[in-house]
Amino acid sequence: MTRERRQAYWKRNLGIVLKLLLIWFVVSYGFGILMVDWLNNFKFFGFKLGFWFAQQGSIYVFVILIFAYVGIMNKLDREHDVHED
Amino acid sequence: MSVLAWTYLLVGASFALYIGIAIWSRAAHTRDFYVAGGGVSPVANGMATAADWMSAASFISMAGLISFMGYDGAVYLMGWTGGYVLLALLLAPYLRKFGKFTIPDFIGDRYYSNTARLVAIVCAIFVSFTYVAGQMRGVGIVFSRFLEVDINLGVVIGMAIVFFYAVLGGMKGITYTQVAQYCVLIFAYLVPAVFIAILLTGHVIPQFGFGGSLEGGGYLLDKLDGLNTELGFAPYTDGTKSMIDVFCITAALMVGTAGLPHVIVRFFTVPKVRDARKSAGWALLFIALLYTTAPAVAAFARFNMINTINGADGAGALYSEAPSWIKNWEKTGLIKWEDKNGDGRMFYAKGDANEMTIDRDIMVLANPEIAKLPAWVIALVAAGGLAAALSTAAGLLLVISSSIAHDLLKKMMMPNITEKQELLYARLAAGVAVVIAGLLGIYPPAFVAQVVAFAFGLAAASFFPAILLGIFDKRANMQGAISGMVVGITFTAAYIIYFKFVNKTAGADEWFLGISPEGIGFIGMLLNFAVTYAVSHLTAPPPEHIQHLVEEIRVPRGAGAASQH
Repeated sequence: MTRERRQAYWKRNLGIVLKLLLIWFVVSYGFGILMVDWLNNFKFFGFKLGFWFAQQGSIYVFVILIFAYVGIMNKLDREHDVHED
Repeated sequence: MSVLAWTYLLVGASFALYIGIAIWSRAAHTRDFYVAGGGVSPVANGMATAADWMSAASFISMAGLISFMGYDGAVYLMGWTGGYVLLALLLAPYLRKFGKFTIPDFIGDRYYSNTARLVAIVCAIFVSFTYVAGQMRGVGIVFSRFLEVDINLGVVIGMAIVFFYAVLGGMKGITYTQVAQYCVLIFAYLVPAVFIAILLTGHVIPQFGFGGSLEGGGYLLDKLDGLNTELGFAPYTDGTKSMIDVFCITAALMVGTAGLPHVIVRFFTVPKVRDARKSAGWALLFIALLYTTAPAVAAFARFNMINTINGADGAGALYSEAPSWIKNWEKTGLIKWEDKNGDGRMFYAKGDANEMTIDRDIMVLANPEIAKLPAWVIALVAAGGLAAALSTAAGLLLVISSSIAHDLLKKMMMPNITEKQELLYARLAAGVAVVIAGLLGIYPPAFVAQVVAFAFGLAAASFFPAILLGIFDKRANMQGAISGMVVGITFTAAYIIYFKFVNKTAGADEWFLGISPEGIGFIGMLLNFAVTYAVSHLTAPPPEHIQHLVEEIRVPRGAGAASQH
């Protein structure tokens, strides 16, 4: 495998990871901590919205993020022909 | 059948199951012993990781903590789940491709240095022992309350069980027992939660009941905010910690989770890089099942508790008419009533009017009794608590045993031993570790609770930056990694020791930027990153073959089974 192809793959990988980590940061540290007071002005069923993100919503998003990563990377591995077997 | 009979039946049956699995999955090689032969399916590995990760603290203590902390409890919920995103995206696939057995293996090879390896070994052993002491204590408490045996005898029984399957089966035995333990513990956690959600809010799913309304009208959380304010506490959905502290504790717990050796090592047990990614997803899904239920349990339990103690009218319930769970748990000392105003009524509030001392652990353990659930549900909680404590203890003991037999003896002190001898040493080390862990459970050092902050702080400030830069920065070298780890650990340890042992009375005003010792691992981690990066770029780059190794672990293809060579 050539150096350029390796680097192209690695670059795409970094981009994907950064985008997913941005979402990770926003739902937990953003919605759950830094913006919690403002979001608490909104109601989501019986929850204040900020409180819901801190104790429920962020965890759901974490799970989705990992499975999204799995899907995206499996596709990327094939595109760049670095997949296993 | 009585509660006691049910408890003996369920705990006995679950123990028989674990022992059966251990015999069936006996380890024959070091590969079996350290990484279960590298052939575990991602879903099974996800369940095992979840059981490994969710300790006595998650099962018994967390909901209780949240119950008393309200919003602030989010630090545990986000901190102990968000770390899996970091693991899945930044560490697991690459460590799997690297394909060795342990964290010190990676640190030692990547930084071509036995000094770095030794630092990693010491951290891994320290973190694991800290953690395991708490598990054994949890086992003792469950035995003494539910099976009415002496706490020490309880610890000895727990030790015997773990000894049996960890020493015999190694990682292979542990993995498959953990799968069973996950099923036991999640069932035991969800059943009472569902019952209580139905009783209080009419919702079957606790996560919905959490945001649901009470029978008499009004949302549960609004009602709790009201009750809390009335009794002098901060509103339930607000909390009392400063924002920067909540931020730092959450971050330290997340990064600490991603750096805990007994969690990372689980990703060496799957066959492929692809499986390592997927298995992190399954692990978090299985963990999230408990972690999204816990805050609901916390809110239900607080509401039930205040209502039982203060009475529906809020004037205090008569002690003579108190339900049996209050008297049952008074015997264990986890709940105390002191009739200050001599009116024969119990009252719970903040400040002088308060007459109750309530241990937070009671919120999960006594929850089924508080909600008047049937005897078998109460027994189930005992079996679940034991499953949580034993599965985590076993995972940690394996880390200790592999650190000693593989990293210390084979890699550093006597490289010429045969595989058979190494396996023998690994079993011996596991055996000795079980005994030490048991002793720590029987004679708990007064500082067990305080040192938990250590485990996460140190994992965050030592392993995480070293592993991350080892993968993502080809330029990171031996000098950088060693100085970074030393600075990170020294700073974090010094801060925690100072505020936990020397200047214990210091409050938020004296903390650095208002960051508590629980959250300081985050700052230690940032320091480690900065030092490693700076020193690496000021000294010579790592040798050619190391740079090649880094390029190699960045692509999935070619991941063989985890091996010694």
